[in-house]
Amino acid sequence: MGFWSFLIIFCFLSFYIHWYGTTKALKINEDITKGSKLPSLPSYYGTYSLLWLLLPSSIILICWFFFKPYIIDIFLKESIPLNLVDNFKGNPSMLIDTIKATNPEKIFPGTNPLIIDSAAYYQTLTTNSDSYVFLLVLVVGLISSLVSLRKVSTFFRARQAVEKANINLLIFCSVIAIITTIGIVFSLIFEAVRFFERVPFFDFLFGLAWSPQTAIREDQIASQGSFGAIPIFTGTLLITLVAMAVAIPVGLLSAIYLAEYARPTVRKTFKPILEILAGVPTVVYGFFAAITVGPFLKDFVSSLGLSMASESALAAGGVMGIMIIPFISSLSDDVITSVPTSLRDGSYAMGATKSETIKKVILPAALPGIVGAILLAISRAIGETMIVVMAAGIAANLTANPLEAVTTVTVQIVTLLVGDQEFDSAKTLAAFALGITLFFVTLLLNLYALKIVQKYRERYE
Amino acid sequence: MKETVKIKSKKLNVFYGEKKALSNINLEIPERKVTSLIGPSGCGKSTFLRCLNRMNDSIEICKVEGQIFVDEQNIYEKNLDPVLLRARIGMVFQKPNPFPKSIFENVAYGPKIHGLANSGDELNNLVEVSLKKAGLYDEVKDRIDEPGTSLSGGQQQRLCIARAIAVSPEVILMDEPCSALDPIATAKIEELIDELSKNYTIVIVTHSMQQAARVSNQTAFFHMGSLIEVGKTEDVFSMPKEKKTQDYITGKIG
Repeated sequence: MGFWSFLIIFCFLSFYIHWYGTTKALKINEDITKGSKLPSLPSYYGTYSLLWLLLPSSIILICWFFFKPYIIDIFLKESIPLNLVDNFKGNPSMLIDTIKATNPEKIFPGTNPLIIDSAAYYQTLTTNSDSYVFLLVLVVGLISSLVSLRKVSTFFRARQAVEKANINLLIFCSVIAIITTIGIVFSLIFEAVRFFERVPFFDFLFGLAWSPQTAIREDQIASQGSFGAIPIFTGTLLITLVAMAVAIPVGLLSAIYLAEYARPTVRKTFKPILEILAGVPTVVYGFFAAITVGPFLKDFVSSLGLSMASESALAAGGVMGIMIIPFISSLSDDVITSVPTSLRDGSYAMGATKSETIKKVILPAALPGIVGAILLAISRAIGETMIVVMAAGIAANLTANPLEAVTTVTVQIVTLLVGDQEFDSAKTLAAFALGITLFFVTLLLNLYALKIVQKYRERYE
Repeated sequence: MKETVKIKSKKLNVFYGEKKALSNINLEIPERKVTSLIGPSGCGKSTFLRCLNRMNDSIEICKVEGQIFVDEQNIYEKNLDPVLLRARIGMVFQKPNPFPKSIFENVAYGPKIHGLANSGDELNNLVEVSLKKAGLYDEVKDRIDEPGTSLSGGQQQRLCIARAIAVSPEVILMDEPCSALDPIATAKIEELIDELSKNYTIVIVTHSMQQAARVSNQTAFFHMGSLIEVGKTEDVFSMPKEKKTQDYITGKIG
């Protein structure tokens, strides 16, 4: 049975089960001449038996999806002729991979015919096993839904059962997001632990030099790399500072204009335009920074008599700041608009001017929300990759001069993981250590931001 | 005693867009007396109140025709600065709206923006006097640096009154100042209004006819955007001239 025929039969079966359960409940209702009818509406009984079709089917399918490769490997291993194993030069698991990679219809000349036979067997195994599983799904689903149909009686409350199933579905979906996050953290932690087996934790966290090299041969000269994360974290900090120096004033002032001074028509056109900035792909910002802003700044700075690297923290940070403007302006605009009118009126009634009211009443009242917006924007800037990859360079200079090239955590992760990698060298594993450190930094920032935003909400709601 | 007229409106018409909110209001408000504005919801009494310190300026669709004189000066004259006007005419709102600042800063807000105090001591003194006038000083003197929002509703409203008094206005407008308060807090505010009327001209919008009867010297009855009747409070409540007024105070309309 192929996938599509399975799908069609399965859909048909679902409709049928739902219809059958509903009809059965209707019939029972008709048969009850006196006394109370079924405790739930008939369609709930249909839905209930449908759930008993879907639940076992999806469990079987999900299990099959995860365990299929292992099960098939077991069958394949048993089928391989012994003399093929003996003649194969190399690891048995390599033999399995070779068989899987061989296409029995398009063979390289000189391939061992036994391998070709095994490859053909592997292909039939894959398709046939799918068919069996699909058949199993249909049979098990049908049986369990039919069994559930026997429960239809005046003693069974189908509505409560269906609603409970709904709640469980919602819980399941929200757990998926949490489990994914936990999964990400653990995958980072495992690799990071392997890194810290090679490089001491404090050397990583407080080391002043970053040059991720590892020796290929043991006797190689000058091969010892150093994995001090300070230069790249200061690089990240420097670029974030530049970005914030651009984004905070521009974003905040435009938010004040939009929220307080702009006429409704102006606001209606301006706000979406500002938000378009947030929709530009970061890679576009990246080449804008590298090709347009970088050279322009370099020319400008050298006309002032200073020297500037063509890849600089200033260009990358500046463009990143522009990217973040809509974040700050849009969030701050919302916060400022939600300051109660009664406060504005109170201030105007005291004879305060508009700017006095904004400075002394509205901004202080909106400050927690604005700070929250800024912190969210900062964690966005720290995690930003594409712009810095293209415009900031990869040299890990420990400097506070925005005219020099610096590198950031995300850039280093990219450069460490791009290309052919061996997962037992400190060089590759360093990426995971950087990743987990960055994760914790942004996590703390986000938690702090959320806390501030929450505090602000409590004040007015 | 001859009453001096503090505020006088002449042929005042107010529009919200196409809708006429007030038509041809001619009302005189005596100095250092309490005038209450009563009438059913939507009758325009709050609109009239907000015309007196030009708070309606911030509503874009609101258009005002006619004249309002404060001390013989038309406040809708072109070159009059509403900011200076509002320093002379304070306002207290329906819902207490202390700024999210300390009690001290709330009261000091007006004097600071108008530069009324030349030194810190002077400012402290001014805040203290204002709080005393609002009858709040004894309750808050030990926690003057706590946020104004930490006070109870009635205390917050008195804080707002203290804030308004701090810039020494000539007139205090009150827009249903007790509607969010419990009876005890209301009684305190009413006592305060009585006390303040010795020095200030007070105009109060109220939904409670008992309150109007208790605190005011003059009562004006508004209905459907028109001024129906105005007169001494005792007269309006005991022998109204207009049938509509009678219907309203006896509860037949409203």
